[in-house]
Amino acid sequence: MITGSTILFYLLATLTLGCGILSVTTRHIFRAAIYLLFSLIGIAGLYFWLQYEFIAAVQIVVYVGGIVVLIIFSIFLTQQAGEKLPKQKSDRKIFAALAVFCGFALTMLQVYQHEFNGLETTKAPTVADIGKKMLSVGDGGYALPFEIISMLLLAAMVGCIVIALRSKPETK
Amino acid sequence: MIEPGLYHILFISAALFFLGIYGFLTRRNLITMLMSIELILNSVNLNFIAFNKYVWPDKMDGLFFTLFIIAIAAAEAAVAIAIIINLYRSHQSIDVENAEDLKY
Repeated sequence: MITGSTILFYLLATLTLGCGILSVTTRHIFRAAIYLLFSLIGIAGLYFWLQYEFIAAVQIVVYVGGIVVLIIFSIFLTQQAGEKLPKQKSDRKIFAALAVFCGFALTMLQVYQHEFNGLETTKAPTVADIGKKMLSVGDGGYALPFEIISMLLLAAMVGCIVIALRSKPETK
Repeated sequence: MIEPGLYHILFISAALFFLGIYGFLTRRNLITMLMSIELILNSVNLNFIAFNKYVWPDKMDGLFFTLFIIAIAAAEAAVAIAIIINLYRSHQSIDVENAEDLKY
């Protein structure tokens, strides 16, 4: 029995993995960024498929709207237009592919041998549940990590400005 | 086609993780290496969400780990790109083979 949900899942999986493969193998750096963008959109679609709409929205806002745009701007700042990346040594590619394939096979072997005894799937948490849990200071609340993350973001922002600041020409 | 479940999502996330590793091993440009790291972080997020949904649907810990990983990944990408732009200013190149000044 093939339902629309199943077809949607396989389409999203194909989009994610196909664009992921193209993103790590293409020699045009700008195309690599665009393929990464579609791969991230596919992952956001998978979150929608799993009915975690809030995470999907965060994924689209932060990754697709933030990080990929940042990467594209840094490509514009550092790369000559239309120039291909230099070709890699083929033995490096072969050994990397071999190592990756062995690691993948080993991981999937372990995963398929393990029996996950999950609970019956209940409804996904709503945004109200997430908000209450995130700001709760009680047992299992996430108020402290939330504050630490906000401090980390502030520190990262200040650090970026300091690092990327153009140093003044030396005057005597 | 089989009804997709936990194992299918674990397959996707493992494949994405090792794609990221492959990119990280073969690329020599700092920006493309950063893209591979983003792929790896996304596969970890997908794993957390899948386990949260299929194994512990009554808890929300996987969801919060994903949220915090996304926030940290954004901070990490911003700092990495600041460093890359600074490196480009001083070396006119963002190839890792040319960034070896700390070695000697």
